[in-house]
Amino acid sequence: MIARIVQEPVNLEELVRQVQRPECGAVGTFLGVVREPNLGHRTLYIDYHAYPEMAQKVMVEIAGEVAARWDIGEVAIVHRIGRLAVGEASVAIVVSAPHRAAALEATGYAIEELKKRVPVWKKETFEGGEAWIEGDSAAAPPRGPAGGARGKIRKGRSAG
Amino acid sequence: MKVRVQLFASYREALGKEWIEQELPAGARVQDLLESIETRHGLALSPGRALVARNLEYVGPQTALKEGDELVLLPPLSGGT
Repeated sequence: MIARIVQEPVNLEELVRQVQRPECGAVGTFLGVVREPNLGHRTLYIDYHAYPEMAQKVMVEIAGEVAARWDIGEVAIVHRIGRLAVGEASVAIVVSAPHRAAALEATGYAIEELKKRVPVWKKETFEGGEAWIEGDSAAAPPRGPAGGARGKIRKGRSAG
Repeated sequence: MKVRVQLFASYREALGKEWIEQELPAGARVQDLLESIETRHGLALSPGRALVARNLEYVGPQTALKEGDELVLLPPLSGGT
């Protein structure tokens, strides 16, 4: 099992090599990449922040669930943090299995659970401002003594 | 009782610090902590979506707190893609 938070670029080919097993005829892969545009803005880059100790622990848990629920060979879950440019990969899921159904289902399960449970956040910088993202929408501006926009544009949370 | 709370991401940025201390009445639960943080620190928590963890595990709003607890306050998650 591979489950880790990394700073360096994600190397999908290397992960595929690491999870491949002779008895596995399928390798399911998922790569999440920084997209542009997002929410109507021209994205410049995204800073990924994590609570690393807990993120690592939850990723190990998800990998364990994958191994328990499906007949797989090996699973890798890697999340990159730090500043990522458009097109760079933030997350990779790779699952080898004897047959394709398990590899594909397990890969899908892992990314959905990762998004729900792994404590990672992104702060997007776009042309004209920046915003913390909450789920699939931008965060409301934080208020407080040191909060406020500090001259930067922040989006309100979009409906839904 | 007194508890320490570690902040992450937008919450840390909003208050400009990583740790805060909260004084709470005996018998306080996670929900009371969240309300207290909003009131005393003016931190706007996303209603019903802020997360709290203790010992690397998420804890629910009804979880009882105790003196000296170290908690982690997490904005709604946005990892992955």
